[in-house]
Amino acid sequence: MQYFKYFLAFMLSMFILIPLMMAVTISLNPSNTDILSNMGSWKSFIPQVFSFDNYRAVWSDPYHPFGLYLFNTFFITSISLTLSLMVNSCAAFSLAWGEGKYRKYILGAIISVLAIPGESLVLPQLLMVSKANLVDTYTVQILPGLANAFFIFLFYQFFSKIPKDLIDAARVDGFSLFQTYLKIALPLSKPVCVTVCILHFLGIWNSYLWPIMVTRGPEVRPLSVAMAAYFGSNQTQWGNVMAFAVCMAIPVIIFFLIIQRQFIASITGSSVKG
Amino acid sequence: MSNLKLSGISKSFDGIKTIHDVDLDIKDGEFVVFVGPSGCGKSTLLRLIAGLEKVTEGEINIGGRVVNDLEPSKRGISMVFQSYALYPHMTVRQNMSVGLKVAGLKKSEIERKVNEAAKILQLDDLMERKPAQLSGGQRQRVAIGRSIVRNPDVFLFDEPLSNLDAELRVKMRLEITALHEQLKSTMIYVTHDQVEAMTMADKIVVLKEGRVVQVGSPLELYNNPVNQFVGGFIGSPRMNFIAASFHKQEGKNITLKTKTGENVDFALDTDTTLKNDPLSIGIRPEHIALGNKYSVKIRLKIKAIELLGGTSYVHGSQANGEDLIIEIKSENMLERHKEYDFSFCPSRCHVFDHLGNVIKLARN
Repeated sequence: MQYFKYFLAFMLSMFILIPLMMAVTISLNPSNTDILSNMGSWKSFIPQVFSFDNYRAVWSDPYHPFGLYLFNTFFITSISLTLSLMVNSCAAFSLAWGEGKYRKYILGAIISVLAIPGESLVLPQLLMVSKANLVDTYTVQILPGLANAFFIFLFYQFFSKIPKDLIDAARVDGFSLFQTYLKIALPLSKPVCVTVCILHFLGIWNSYLWPIMVTRGPEVRPLSVAMAAYFGSNQTQWGNVMAFAVCMAIPVIIFFLIIQRQFIASITGSSVKG
Repeated sequence: MSNLKLSGISKSFDGIKTIHDVDLDIKDGEFVVFVGPSGCGKSTLLRLIAGLEKVTEGEINIGGRVVNDLEPSKRGISMVFQSYALYPHMTVRQNMSVGLKVAGLKKSEIERKVNEAAKILQLDDLMERKPAQLSGGQRQRVAIGRSIVRNPDVFLFDEPLSNLDAELRVKMRLEITALHEQLKSTMIYVTHDQVEAMTMADKIVVLKEGRVVQVGSPLELYNNPVNQFVGGFIGSPRMNFIAASFHKQEGKNITLKTKTGENVDFALDTDTTLKNDPLSIGIRPEHIALGNKYSVKIRLKIKAIELLGGTSYVHGSQANGEDLIIEIKSENMLERHKEYDFSFCPSRCHVFDHLGNVIKLARN
């Protein structure tokens, strides 16, 4: 039984690791011919040559400025993350502890948005942002994703469980509702913040549909869209594509390694699955 | 320090009145305990004073100021909650100083006040710990410390000891009483535990269904309850009630007949004519004696005996099924399921009419 468990764990790990190994192996091989001829054999998973030519090519490509794309992605992700945390947690706190009479109905409306597929909202959103002259800007990639029904719901779940005595104690101490949110509720909601951070980070870092619709040139484009340019009219340079993919994945891996402990704690603590 | 006056205070939740026209005067430095059974409105009344709930009608006056529309932090009060309500992400020091920071006090002054309070409550060694690293008693002391630093006109305590174990509760009870003596501040303390009320209060306010039933010193309430509810609620074990009927009246002298046929004579305090309504005689467990020493005799079959050491509580029932509790010295060895004679003196009794209101008796 024990051996079966190890075997199962090994197989599952391989299932995830093999595509990664393939990406790394191909990215280290400078010859497109070799890459294509190795496809389907074990040679596509274990590096035969160690060349960083593909990486050099990706980083120095004048038509696809990787550095700029990386900056764009970082910029959009970090601003979006910060604002998303503030906006969604603030909304959730006011829904949980604010004085509005119709809070429950508003929460119901927000939760019902979860049932609507994002893709069905893309066209109306595109029309709105193009009317507002926001196309091909950072703003258009940050603004529409800020308020997120799922994140509001996650924060609401947490905030509504804060004991009433704690909120009352803050009132007696002279905190305004906003100060109670900022100084008491938000620091306590660290596990939810981490969950939201990870989910939002992955969402923004990997988003493709929205950025490709609202960006035209490399000035504000993120990495996810830029990679598609490698599958152009000419023969695909698999080495470059994989080097690009590896470079794009590294920040995510580093980010995850840094907060993996909190992430696992938050997943188990806040009963959020994925 | 300041006195507190409630005038015609009412509170309704969704149209349902939970506090009914409460009038109350609390003097400077008094230790007042609100006591009553669960749901009697004692915590709601405290929250109305604190400003955590808005009054529907009436006026709250603290230190000569009407505070109805003031935020809790502007009322000159501080509150200790049942669940301690310490901020879990802050250290003890931060918990105690955060309110002063919000109020905009200077750093040096905050430090002085916090250190002073820490010294009073012996928290010096715990200042850098977080609430999760403290025991229940320590957390409660921090909560009290957070109140002290605010130097309030009125301290409010909402069942602060109910989460502690029995031993710690007694210790903290003494600590709070000592603190009151030291600070000489006005304190309002809410509890459902009448022992806490009796041992701590200068003045007890007994509440029932959102109404003040009686206000007075612990002994006043114990000796002269205004109705059957107060008589039964104050005192542990509770007062015994023996059903009786009106037998005869000659001037101020009345005779009641118990259901077991015993005649009990009382002298009324005022010229009242009693009607033929059912009455009840209240007698405390410690005022019933074993044997036929007093004029009113009762015979009880012993159902249970609670041995407390020096004294014991005897639970027994009369022939008509009426249950009584009696406090006796433990050296009197009684046996369960056996019958014994007990007696009591009418001068120790209280008589209540069919509505439960006390009928005043002449006391010698």
